[in-house]
Amino acid sequence: MTMANNTASQTEAPVFYLKEEHHPETGTMLGFWIYLMSDCLIFAILFATHGVLGRNYAAGPSPADLFDLKLVAINTSMLLFSSITYGFAMLQMEKGKIAGTQLWLAITGLFGIAFVGLELYEFHHLWHIGATPMRSGFLSAFYTLVATHGLHVTFGIIWLVTLMVQVSKRGLIPENKRRLMCLSMFWHFLDVVWIGVFSVVYLLGVLG
Amino acid sequence: MSAHSHAHDDHHGDGASHGTFKSYLIGFILSVILTAIPFWLVMDSVLDSKVATALWIMGLGVVQIVVHMVYFLHMNTKSEGGWNMLALIFTIVIVAIAIAGSLWVMYHLNTNMMPQMDHEMIKSFG
Amino acid sequence: MFSNPDLLHFIFGRLSIDSIPMFHEPIVAVTFAAVVLGGLVVMGALTYFRLWGYLWNEWVTSIDHKKIGIMYIILAIVMLLRGFADALMMRAQQAVAFGDVAGYLPPDHYDQIFTAHGVIMIFFVAMPLVTGLMNFVVPLQIGARDVAFPFLNNFSFWMTTCGAVLIMVSLFVGEFAKTGWLAYPPLSDIVYSPGVGVDYYIWALQIAGVGTLLSGVNLIVTIVKMRAPGMSMMKMPVFTWTSLCTNILIVAAFPVLTAVLVLLGLDRYAGTNFFTNDLGGNAMMYINLIWIWGHPEVYILILPAFGVFSEVVSTFCRKRLFGYNSMVYATVVITILSYIVWLHHFFTMGSGASVNAFFGITTMIISIPTGAKVFNWLFTMYKGRISFDVPMLWTIGFMLTFVIGGMTGVMLAVPPADFVLHNSLFLIAHFHNVIIGGVVFGMFAGIVYWFPKAFGFKLDEFWGKMSFWLWTIGFYFAFMPLYVLGLMGVTRRMSHFDDPSLQIWFVIAAFGAVLIAGGIGSFIMSIVVAVIKRDKLRDETGDPWGGRTLEWSTSSPPPAYNFAFTPVIHELDAWADMKKRGYVRPTSGFIDIHMPKNTGAGFILAAISLVLGFALVWHIWWLVAVSFILLVGGAIAHTFNYDRDYHIPASEVVATEDERTALLAKQQA
Repeated sequence: MTMANNTASQTEAPVFYLKEEHHPETGTMLGFWIYLMSDCLIFAILFATHGVLGRNYAAGPSPADLFDLKLVAINTSMLLFSSITYGFAMLQMEKGKIAGTQLWLAITGLFGIAFVGLELYEFHHLWHIGATPMRSGFLSAFYTLVATHGLHVTFGIIWLVTLMVQVSKRGLIPENKRRLMCLSMFWHFLDVVWIGVFSVVYLLGVLG
Repeated sequence: MSAHSHAHDDHHGDGASHGTFKSYLIGFILSVILTAIPFWLVMDSVLDSKVATALWIMGLGVVQIVVHMVYFLHMNTKSEGGWNMLALIFTIVIVAIAIAGSLWVMYHLNTNMMPQMDHEMIKSFG
Repeated sequence: MFSNPDLLHFIFGRLSIDSIPMFHEPIVAVTFAAVVLGGLVVMGALTYFRLWGYLWNEWVTSIDHKKIGIMYIILAIVMLLRGFADALMMRAQQAVAFGDVAGYLPPDHYDQIFTAHGVIMIFFVAMPLVTGLMNFVVPLQIGARDVAFPFLNNFSFWMTTCGAVLIMVSLFVGEFAKTGWLAYPPLSDIVYSPGVGVDYYIWALQIAGVGTLLSGVNLIVTIVKMRAPGMSMMKMPVFTWTSLCTNILIVAAFPVLTAVLVLLGLDRYAGTNFFTNDLGGNAMMYINLIWIWGHPEVYILILPAFGVFSEVVSTFCRKRLFGYNSMVYATVVITILSYIVWLHHFFTMGSGASVNAFFGITTMIISIPTGAKVFNWLFTMYKGRISFDVPMLWTIGFMLTFVIGGMTGVMLAVPPADFVLHNSLFLIAHFHNVIIGGVVFGMFAGIVYWFPKAFGFKLDEFWGKMSFWLWTIGFYFAFMPLYVLGLMGVTRRMSHFDDPSLQIWFVIAAFGAVLIAGGIGSFIMSIVVAVIKRDKLRDETGDPWGGRTLEWSTSSPPPAYNFAFTPVIHELDAWADMKKRGYVRPTSGFIDIHMPKNTGAGFILAAISLVLGFALVWHIWWLVAVSFILLVGGAIAHTFNYDRDYHIPASEVVATEDERTALLAKQQA
């Protein structure tokens, strides 16, 4: 090392700088994870609101009157299927297979669309029988929590389509792989939130 | 020296660990089971006690969240040098404080400020 | 007036010619004229000196963390003038409006002013000061070239700015909220606040909140991932530690604000029943939730100030900081504890003894780590060779003032006492005592301390000292009377009083506000005079104060790449260690440096968000749809740009570094 060999009284000359370019690790995955944690807090507040207002029916309908658990079960299975199909897309990506990745991504997207579609159908039905978000504190909390999750899934689908275009244009370059991994975290994170939704909002709600 | 090796080995450190076909499949099967049980408990009214059913739902929900974390989100103590795990634990603590705290605070508020629910309180004023 | 009212309503939503208050309010008209005139002068100057291109290329689109940090602080100073003008108007009104005298402000205008004052001072003065300082200093302190996500940094800044712009627009188009700075329902519900004021509030905070959150994520990742080799967590400078904890708080608190404001917005826009009085709503839930954000927010502001004081004390006492480890642990403990005290903001809500006792005790516990910090600073000063430069003056002023504020805080933490003092001017005095004595003094200390690093010359010392003394004395004149009034039971947010015996205290407080105005003026003078005398005040060493941390090892102002070679750290106080052990600045062997490219995407996306916010406030639905689609489309389009970085060629690095070598040689000669 060129410096610090004169005045230093130490036995070994300390190194005070790197002579070649320093490449810190990319922080994208950690940054995205931290973003997800902050998103988690938005859901926490919506869950807390549902917990506090969830029984304020204001003489209106209660969960047992409204929810069709069979529909919720089907909807849940859509998300579960989309999770494993996204996993398969990631496995194909690891192997560097563009066509396989795209195929599994497309299937994941279709499951996502099915999920959002079923949710919209449920909302439409509830709205039709007069259970609107304006009806009671409970329904305000219910719609907001479930629709916030649904909006996240919708944005996930838009993002997924964007990434499919980008993979088709540029292939599985490191940037695209990193983006696919971020979306993977996002997608599985939404699954985790949904576990809370079906357990707390639907099952505990119907249980009364 | 140590500084140099640091500069070199961090290029391949994306930090994320990846699943295998087998691990995704195990995660999927576990989560299907863990979803099916609570739905079955409620839809077929298996247990007599509502409290017991509620506890089972919550318990299975927590287990399923852990399953998703491990098999789909590949959570472990090593990814990103432990920072992912630290962020997760911190978030769980904050989420627990926010939800449990809100329920506690608002429950006490309702009991105290809605005297028609609490006859003792009306008596004490009288 | 025009043919078709439906068409007009479709095009302009709620916006009409009557929405513009300057036609019927002289105060607003004069302000508007001044702003337009000032704006024209600035734009004329920019055009005359042909600076538009420079502004766009070098600042607006810049992803350089140093320039973004400076822009945050400029934003904060501009907004400080606005927020302080509000304060002066309130003090003037309260000093005269007694008995038969109504004062010069009608109540609905006064209500807007105190709301705007609070919102602006917290969100658009204190937050940008804190974020700006962290942005500028943290990458330099950890030996990094930039933050982890430089584009996001630029985007965050412009989102914050657009939030501020939306608030400024409310001054001239429509009105601002009359609800107080936290917009409690049911007052802020559509039934009681049907105007646009609360909507301005909601959307300004949501837009700025996106910026704050993203910048929080950005700085956490920067600190975790980009520290120079050898800098373990326990070798990080204290300011970096407090920045880390602050950003953790930001990421874990601002989503709560976002969610709560969404719920309030839904109540107002969609007619839901979260916080309404009927159909199962619960207004107290809003207050509960917003303080889950609000209390950590307090620590978001104060922790970086603690960091600044730690750096300043050790530098100006020529000593290592006393109790580095305990300082770090105290910071971490405060970070966690700040999440379990929120109920002390509404003891009087009626949750009962057990709940109040729990939150009262946790609140008192927080004073322990804070007290430990004060002792650490005192012990650092003990037997130090203290030089009383301006940053050190601010620090000493802080220690005295903040301890008083802390003690009144502990008083308020006792629930029975709080039942008496809640919502009184005692509370106002308390939080101004800690925010001015803590955050504002800290940020001024930080600005004076790091100004020579940013610009290469020191601030003017005379005006700096004037600013310190006027602020400090003015603070005591302005807020000690409020403690007295609060103890007498005078409540906050009143535009008029009946009891003339109170007037003298308000007159004293108004005098204090005038002194503080002098303090702000002197601070601006210290910048103006320094720019004029810059050749005399210039520092060519890069280390004008005898600093101890890495930012002082590079030139002032630092080159775009910060460090020609990435430093290697062996000890805490890395630069002090390098100086002690005979570090010799490298003068050859330079290589290409990898840097991110400037981009206008952040500015454009934030500008679209501003339009979206404006359209939402005024219910201009077609514009909402258009700007939302543009926003999503623009964000997606931006992800198709893969060409985001470039290399500064070694020749350019050589030129820059050689210039500095020559300068340093000239100095030694």
